[in-house]
Amino acid sequence: MVFGRGLRALSIASVVLLTSAFALVFFYAPNDADQGFVQKIFYLHVPVAIVALCGFVAGGVYGLRYLRSGDRAHDLRSYVAIHLSLIMAVAALVTGSIWAKASWGHWWVWEEPTLVSFLIVFLLYACYQPLRFSIEDPERQARYAAVFAVIAGAFVPLNFMAVRMAESLTHPRVLSTTGGAMPGDMRLTFLLSLAGMTCLFVTLCKYELASKHASMQLRALKRRLAGDDGLAPLQRSAAPQHL
Amino acid sequence: MRRVVGALVRKDLRLELRTRESVPAMLMFSVSTFVLFHFGLDRDRLAGDLAAGVLWVTLLFAAVLGMNRLFVAEREQGGFDGFLLAPVDRTALFVAKAAVLLAFLVVVEAAAVPAFAVLLLGPSAADALPDLLAVLLLADLGIAVVGTLVGALAVQTRARDLIVPLIALPLLLPVVIAAAQASSPLFAEAGAGALPGRWLVVLALYDGVFALLAFGVFDFLLED
Repeated sequence: MVFGRGLRALSIASVVLLTSAFALVFFYAPNDADQGFVQKIFYLHVPVAIVALCGFVAGGVYGLRYLRSGDRAHDLRSYVAIHLSLIMAVAALVTGSIWAKASWGHWWVWEEPTLVSFLIVFLLYACYQPLRFSIEDPERQARYAAVFAVIAGAFVPLNFMAVRMAESLTHPRVLSTTGGAMPGDMRLTFLLSLAGMTCLFVTLCKYELASKHASMQLRALKRRLAGDDGLAPLQRSAAPQHL
Repeated sequence: MRRVVGALVRKDLRLELRTRESVPAMLMFSVSTFVLFHFGLDRDRLAGDLAAGVLWVTLLFAAVLGMNRLFVAEREQGGFDGFLLAPVDRTALFVAKAAVLLAFLVVVEAAAVPAFAVLLLGPSAADALPDLLAVLLLADLGIAVVGTLVGALAVQTRARDLIVPLIALPLLLPVVIAAAQASSPLFAEAGAGALPGRWLVVLALYDGVFALLAFGVFDFLLED
């Protein structure tokens, strides 16, 4: 199994897409009538958040596939997707906070349901690594992590619904502007940023998969050369260590 | 299936009657937390959304204590092995454990909610009792289902007592939102208001989704 296939093309595509997206953000897309220049963080914040949520759901889908097939490669994919989505989620929370400070004057705004539900989802997924780390048996680690990924993946939409219903909608609804209300040049810029961020996420996933797989193969080769005694014992880790 | 579930529930209830490990601890915890809230908030009487928030946060934390203990005997005394050797459907264990946790919660609430009404609640909730019971029951169902799942997930880990609250609290947040929103008009100062029906729908939807999900994935937590 090769995880690194197409890495070069994907990397180039990510660089090109993201560079042109940011060029459009700064030189093409108009300033927002209400918020002015600050609104441009939208082109970073929203794609990062969307990609993170899709990554979480993808982690759940791979978890389900692992449970059904028992193929450890799916467990590795599920781990990598959730791991990178967590990093994206931190970026989304930070950029969201900056945006909130700039346009509403506070670093954190409880009235914005998308931000709050995102925080809850982040808190839930932040338990993924501790959960994996506290299970020693690798087979059980993979199985339990997959069950967690499936439950949490299904939790994401329910949570968004409950939080959105609970908050009175006093503030501008950000996500609704991604629909038909956005003018054409803004929408083009946004879609290009989204495509670039998706491409970046897939590339990073592939890199991490390839790296993890390479160290697994390296270890197998070392074992063949030196035998079991010549190898340092594996340290306990949250990441999958065998395929 | 029904006989297996019945046997498992009887076993767990008998165990609880003899050891008295979970329910008294959950109840003591709830009452202590009400006292803590009295001093922490420095209020003698609570009403409206504040009362609903205090009640639901307390009940949720008490439920986490029950989740922590739910599978401990099975793991430490070999209950899992015995169950896996028996030629019965594995889902029976999930149904039984969820029923037991639900029973614990009902017993705890039967004492903790009156204690809350006496200690902290300002307006009388007597008129709203049937509505409150409906909210309690729906929320308990959700807590029992998710709690059983999280308890089973965490019992095999090294840091069991840490993993349960870490996972259960964010997962149960929609229940707290819906239950607190549904019960806050019941505790209103001006007399109990109407029960907001849409929050009951949210609770029922949450219960249904997680019951189906748990039904689907619980087997994987046992297979060994």
